[in-house]
Amino acid sequence: MTDDVMRTADGTPLKIKLRQAERREVTRAFLLIAPLFLFIVISFLIPIVVMLKNAFYDPDIVNNLPQTTELLRQWDGKALPGEEVFAAFAADLKTASKARTVALVGKRLNYEIPTLKSKVTVTARKLDKIETGPWTEAVIAADPIWKDVFTWAVVKRAGSAVTPYYLLSALDLRQGADGGIERTPEERRIYLQVLGRTLGISAMVTLLTLILGYPVAFMLATLPQRTASILMIFVLLPFWTSLLVRTTAWTILLQDGGVVAQFLHITGITWISNVLGFMSGEPQLFKTRFATVLAMTHIQLPFTLLPIYSVMKTISPTYMRAAKSLGATPFHAFRTVYVPQTMPGVAAGCLLTFILCLGYFITPALVGGGSDNMIAGFIDTAMNNEGNWGKSSALGFVLLTATLILYYVYNRLIGIDKMKLG
Amino acid sequence: MKKLSILFTAALLAGTAFSASARAGDELTVVSWGGSYSESQRKAFYEPYNAAGNKITEAEYNGEVAKIKAMVEANAITWDVIDVDTATALQGCAEGALETIDWAKLGLDRANFIGADLMECAVPNIVYGTVFGYDTSKLAEGPTSINDFFDLAKFPGKRGVQKNPTVNLEWALIADGVDAKDVYTVLATPEGVDRAFKKLDTIKSEIIFWEAGAQAPQLLADGQVVMTSGWNGRLQTAIDADKKPFKIVWDHQGLDWDWWAITKGTPKIEEAYRFVAFASQPAPMADQTNYIAYGPANRDAIPNVNPATLPNLPTAPDNLKTAFNVDPQFWADHGDELKERFNAWLAK
Repeated sequence: MTDDVMRTADGTPLKIKLRQAERREVTRAFLLIAPLFLFIVISFLIPIVVMLKNAFYDPDIVNNLPQTTELLRQWDGKALPGEEVFAAFAADLKTASKARTVALVGKRLNYEIPTLKSKVTVTARKLDKIETGPWTEAVIAADPIWKDVFTWAVVKRAGSAVTPYYLLSALDLRQGADGGIERTPEERRIYLQVLGRTLGISAMVTLLTLILGYPVAFMLATLPQRTASILMIFVLLPFWTSLLVRTTAWTILLQDGGVVAQFLHITGITWISNVLGFMSGEPQLFKTRFATVLAMTHIQLPFTLLPIYSVMKTISPTYMRAAKSLGATPFHAFRTVYVPQTMPGVAAGCLLTFILCLGYFITPALVGGGSDNMIAGFIDTAMNNEGNWGKSSALGFVLLTATLILYYVYNRLIGIDKMKLG
Repeated sequence: MKKLSILFTAALLAGTAFSASARAGDELTVVSWGGSYSESQRKAFYEPYNAAGNKITEAEYNGEVAKIKAMVEANAITWDVIDVDTATALQGCAEGALETIDWAKLGLDRANFIGADLMECAVPNIVYGTVFGYDTSKLAEGPTSINDFFDLAKFPGKRGVQKNPTVNLEWALIADGVDAKDVYTVLATPEGVDRAFKKLDTIKSEIIFWEAGAQAPQLLADGQVVMTSGWNGRLQTAIDADKKPFKIVWDHQGLDWDWWAITKGTPKIEEAYRFVAFASQPAPMADQTNYIAYGPANRDAIPNVNPATLPNLPTAPDNLKTAFNVDPQFWADHGDELKERFNAWLAK
C-alpha cells in the first residue's frame, strides 16, 4: 500500500467507494420515484399511445378481407377488378359470415360510402347460398354497387391498416374518388367549428376568471392573516365541492322560471330590459352559451385564483413602499412594480384553467345548448354511442395536438420556466 | 386477535354452507334504462325473482352499445342480461356482442312474441310508443297532431326532443306532408334526409334535447318545455303515479320494441337464460303494465292485463290509428350516417 491512491479504512480506493455511494444514492432516488413513474406510464402514457394508434390504425378490413386486400394491392384502380378479386372477396365474405365479422367490414366501409353497411350484409347473405363462380356476376347480382369502381377504390384504401381516414374526418376532410384530399360536404362539417368553439369558450372562461380572481387574490394576500383565512374558506368551499353538484346547482338557478329568472322578473329588470329593447319576453338563460361560460367560470375560478394568491403572498410589501417613497403614484407603483411580480402566478393560473377548460364536457352538456357542446362531448358520443373508436381517438389526437401547440406558443411568449405555483 | 380469526373462520364456513345450500340462488347483473322503466321491471321481475332466492344486481345505461362491445372484447363481462332497444340489439348482434338466442333453451314459443322473428339475438319484452305530451295546465287547447308539434305559430314555446334521429326524422317528414307509409322510402333518399332536417330546422331554436328517458317528463314538469317527445310509459307514469296534468298525443306514435339480450360470452349464461325465461312469462309481464304503460310482447300476457290499463297501452286500437312501426332494417342500414348527420346538425 505505497501508491498515492487515497483509500478508505478497508483498503478500497476512495474514488471507487465514492462512486459506489453515489450509485446507491441514485438507485434510491429512482426507487423513490418509481411508483409515480409507473403510475404515469400505466395510467397516462400507455393510454395516450393506444389512443394515438387507434386514430391511425384500423385493421378491420385487412383482417376480415385478407385475400381481397392482398389482391387489390396490385389493382391499378382504373377499371373494375378482375374475376380473381371477386372470387377472393366472395371467399373472404363467406369466412367473415361464419366468424360474424361481416358487420365490422360493413361498418368501416359505411363511413365512406353510406348504405354500404347493409349492402355488405346483404351481399354476404346472398353469397352464402352460392357455391361456385363466376363470382363477378354473382357479387354484382347481389348488389349493383360492386359494379362501381369507386366502391373498390374505397375497399382498397380501407384495406390498408394504417389509414388517414379518421384524422381527416376529425378535420372535416376526406379522400375523394381520385385519392385527393377534399373538404367534407357542408352539412357534415362540424369538427373544426367545434374545436374553434372549444378554444373560444376556454379562452373566454380563462379571461373571466382572471378578471374576477385577480382582485380577490390581491385582497386575500394583503388583508390581515385572520380575516384572510376566513375569506379563504369562501374560495375553498366551492373548490372542494364536486363539479357535478355545482353544475346541477346552476341548472336549478338558471332554468326558465328558476331563481335567477324570478329575481330578474320581481326586481323589474326583465320589464326594463324589454322596454329598452335589450330583450323580448322572459330571459333565456338555461341551455345557452351564457350559462355554459357562467358555470365554467364559477368552477374554474379557484384554479386561476390560488396560484396568483400564493405568488402574491411571497411579494414583500417593501417594494411597493419603496416605489411610493420614490414618488410613484399608488396606481403607477401597482402597475409597474406589483403586477409584473405576480405574472408567474397569473401565467400558471391561466394555463391551468385554460387546459382544464379544453376537456370540459359535463357542464356544457347540462347547462349549455346543442351548439355549446365542446370537443370532449363529441369524443364521448363517438366512443359510447357510435362505437367509432377511430374517430374518438382522432378527435382526441386533434385536441392533444392543439393543446401542445398552444403550450409551445405560450412557452415562447411567456416562458414556462417563469411560471410559479407559489 | 384469536377471537377475530375464529369469527372469520366461522363466517367463511357459514358462507360456504350457505352457497352450497342455495344452489338455485342465481346471481346476475341486469342492465336497463333507469327511471320509472327500471322501477317497473324491479317490481314485476327482479323482486319476485329475488324472493325466489336469487340475487339480481341492477345497473343502468343509455343504450351505449360500445360499453357492451368493450366488455366482450376485453372479456371482462360484468353485465349479464341487458334491456336493449332495437338499434342496440341489431348492432350488438351484428358485431358479435350479444348471444344468439336459443328459444328451445328458453322453453318459450317464439311465435307467441310480437316481433320475435325480427331479431336473432334478443327476446322482445315490451312494445313502446314514442309519442309527445303536453301540460294541460299550461295549454288548455292542446296540440292534437304531429303537425302541431312543428307549428311554432300556433303553439309557441320550447319543445323537448330526444337527442337521437330516430322518430324525429320520421315525424319531421310526416309533418312536412309525407304519408306515414312512405316515410322510409323518402328518408332513404338524400333529398328526403335534407327535407327532414329542413323541417327540424324550423323548430331548432326552440328545442331542448333530452337523452335519458326520465328527462322527458322532467322537462315538462319543470316547465322547461311546453311539449316534449317521450316514451309513452314514462309520460303515463308521470300522469298516474306523480299526478301530473299531462296529456299524451298519440298521433303518429312511433312503435318500437325493447328486448332482453344476453352479453356474448358471459360466464353466467345459464342464469341469464333462466332470468329471461322468467321475465317473459305472461304473469310477470302482465304485472309490469301495472307500473308502466308498455305493451307486453308476449301475446299470452295481454288477457291478464288490468282492463283499466289497456287503453293507455301503445297497442290499444285507438292509439294505433295513425301509428307507424319504427323500421329496424332502415335504421340498421342508415343509422350510422343519420346519427352522424344529426350530431352535426345539432352542434351547428
